[in-house]
Amino acid sequence: MLQIIEPSQAGTVESNDILIILTPVSADKGIHVELTSPVLKKYGRQINNVIQEVLREQGIDAVHVSANDRGALDCTIRARMMTAIDRAAAKEVLG
Amino acid sequence: MKLRRTMMFVPGNNPGMLINAGIYGADTIIFDLEDSVALSEKDAARHLVYNAMKSIRYSCEVAVRINHISTPFGYKDLETILAVKPDLIRLPKAETAADIEEIDELITAAEIKHGFRPGSINMMAAIETAKGIRNAYDIAAASPRMVAIAIGGEDYLADLQTSRTKDGKEFFAGRGQLILAAREAGIHAIDTVFGDVNNEEDFIAETTRIKEMGFDGKSVVNPRQINIVHEIYAPTEKEIDHAQRVIAAYEESLARKSGVVSLNGKMIDIPVVKRAQRTLAYANAVGKNERGTTL
Repeated sequence: MLQIIEPSQAGTVESNDILIILTPVSADKGIHVELTSPVLKKYGRQINNVIQEVLREQGIDAVHVSANDRGALDCTIRARMMTAIDRAAAKEVLG
Repeated sequence: MKLRRTMMFVPGNNPGMLINAGIYGADTIIFDLEDSVALSEKDAARHLVYNAMKSIRYSCEVAVRINHISTPFGYKDLETILAVKPDLIRLPKAETAADIEEIDELITAAEIKHGFRPGSINMMAAIETAKGIRNAYDIAAASPRMVAIAIGGEDYLADLQTSRTKDGKEFFAGRGQLILAAREAGIHAIDTVFGDVNNEEDFIAETTRIKEMGFDGKSVVNPRQINIVHEIYAPTEKEIDHAQRVIAAYEESLARKSGVVSLNGKMIDIPVVKRAQRTLAYANAVGKNERGTTL
């Protein structure tokens, strides 16, 4: 299980990209995703699903995710999430 | 016959370019983790290229230019990218055969680890120094994975302590050595990029020059350069017609089980047949071999 203990970010607000900002929260707060996107109505659920999927795969169960989407494909969202998680350099393997 | 008339660099940390890279018609796209990516974004580019290659099916050859293994990024690039099986790994600044052999071993280990067919990931090397040019043949022949060597322009000129001229005299020695080494090793020779995208006149002149020198293709940095290169590499009708007749005569001699090939009373030897096959491969690539002569 990974714990985000340092803030980090990855991506940009350029077209086809997504800016991901991870902020640590206490373990009892769980996962909270705050998403902005010009295609929020149509693809908001899918973007949120990809973000949740990457967090689940990495065993992260408490973090605040701010995602500013600019039309990113799923592969870009996954890449930016992975980079942000890696950049939370003080991540620790717990349990 | 695999053509590499155009090898287009695509910055590895630009999602839009990565997604669209396959639509412009380049023979090869090279996802770049090296010069076009800022030091602070190497990790991001690596993740982006990995995920793009995992999700998108590109219809052309896909290469990845890794960072040099003497940097903190090179090994990590290989570890990540080899897992998604690029067609080709492009190494920057190759100077000796040992550089190639080391990467070859890492690729072999990755093929075993991921269950890929042994030898299925190719390599090419960019030669960017005088030392590299001097060792060009050893580099080209260092591994059966090697399919091409390229000259990396700006670093090479910096090493030579010179700069670009209109007629490219600064490249004559390097390009000459490179093409000889590639031909001796039986692999492709690829020319350097021409960075001034708006200077079409000099781009055409340079591409014509390197084609005449025998280069198989050119690295490009912008989709606008692709069709220009392909047009320059397209054989003329006369060349195609001659090549078709050479191949027809060759096939006829094979059918007759005759060791002698002749066309219009002139003997044709195997190098002529090979050159005709090459001409038709280039003609096929631009839809100009209407008779569809086999290769």
